[in-house]
Amino acid sequence: MTGNTDSTARNGFRKHSLALALAASLTSAFAASATQAATWDVTITNLTNGNHFTPLLVTAHDHGTHLFQVGMPATLPIEHMAECGHLDPLLATPEVGAIDADTIANPATGLLAPGASTTAMLVTTETHLSVVAMVLPTNDAFLGLESQHIPSEAGTYTYYVNAYDAGTEANDEVLMTAGACSYTDIGMMPGAPGMDAGTNGSGVATADSNTMIHVHRGVLGDQDAIGGNSDLDSTIHRWQNPVAKITVTVTP
Amino acid sequence: MRLFQQKRHSCLSSYLAVTVTSATLLMLSACGDSNNDDNVSNNNATYDITVYNLTNGQPFTPLGVIVHDSAYVPWQLGETVSTGLETLAESGDPSTFLSEANANNAVIMSTSSSNGPFGPGSSETVSITVDHSASLQLTVASMLANTNDAFTGIRNWNIGELAVDDSVSSVARVYDAGTEANSETADSMPGPAAMGEGFNAARNDLDRLTVHSGVVTADDGLLTSALNESHRWLGQAAKVVVTRTQ
Repeated sequence: MTGNTDSTARNGFRKHSLALALAASLTSAFAASATQAATWDVTITNLTNGNHFTPLLVTAHDHGTHLFQVGMPATLPIEHMAECGHLDPLLATPEVGAIDADTIANPATGLLAPGASTTAMLVTTETHLSVVAMVLPTNDAFLGLESQHIPSEAGTYTYYVNAYDAGTEANDEVLMTAGACSYTDIGMMPGAPGMDAGTNGSGVATADSNTMIHVHRGVLGDQDAIGGNSDLDSTIHRWQNPVAKITVTVTP
Repeated sequence: MRLFQQKRHSCLSSYLAVTVTSATLLMLSACGDSNNDDNVSNNNATYDITVYNLTNGQPFTPLGVIVHDSAYVPWQLGETVSTGLETLAESGDPSTFLSEANANNAVIMSTSSSNGPFGPGSSETVSITVDHSASLQLTVASMLANTNDAFTGIRNWNIGELAVDDSVSSVARVYDAGTEANSETADSMPGPAAMGEGFNAARNDLDRLTVHSGVVTADDGLLTSALNESHRWLGQAAKVVVTRTQ
């Protein structure tokens, strides 16, 4: 069977039932021995024209866990991920924890290029899935599947994912030319893996007006490879949402 | 700031319009919280409606909130919009939109948020109490102030199906009312980036509702635009969360 459930990123209409939540927690508290681990094959496809994804974090968790929440401030580990692609700070949080059977980091063993797909296989007794990675080249854009409920029934479920702005760094669209990326940088994009960015951009934007996690307004770019405001190419690096497709095949 | 003054006015006129046209409706209170302790009964349902502004540079004007059944449809893609929705989308004033709604038999109550426009990264909550029915639907609309006639919102959500403590959440797209050309000039947009005109009855655009194509801005080559790249958005502008609390 094929379920086609839109994520919150699209026009999905999610329902959070307290009754269901209670039932789920009772199940885990009192009937753990009866909970069968399911296998989730999670396939992430890069739908953009010219943007790479940094190593992906794919993690299962309970309904009350949130790696991030749209409309709320980014945590420091999310800022590390969104500005530099670093996953270690997230892997050190209690919400995610270390890499194990249902927390997979970097399934593509590196960057996920435009058009490419990768699959992470999770074995889990949990009910919800989150997926995050930085979108390159940007200042602090990330793709995010946020605490999506995954049905327990066998099937393949499809979600489409937005790019969000972490709200933590000015979208100056200026490429770093030396040094290591740090979340403390003010502006500066850590890399353009397509080797298709320009140089000497004078800076597009100062600090974000919206300092919460919000829907990314997209990059501007320009057609001046050796100057202009932006180091991005407006014919290559722009996107429309969704930026990623995620399918989850559940095998109970 | 003119927009804020305008909003206070519109809130007042909204209250008057609603009162006059809907004197027989219970629990009606525009400009804010419409809980009515005098009418508490076992069949009451209370909903908290929160809208988060997910844009980077677009203040949202006060929310127009309407509770109704399925016979009321506030807008439809491809169709012309009402004068009330045109007014909301061009000026941010929800009062005509709400009074139009109140003249419709399918509308149970309407109200607007009371705190004026709210900016990127902030949110606004309206709490409403109505007689519960499984057929209750919700519509919410708000202008993106630094545009000619863009608005965001949700329509015909089936909130009557929510049990107490249930909530529904989704992100909302941006619509183009199609009633004013998207010139982005300083004299044509009411928001703080322009401080220009709000409502104008002339319809010099497609005169049908479309999904908004976004603003171009001077940074992207529309040199007559009063906007810059910070005012852009991609597709969705708001998160709407509705929780039934009673």
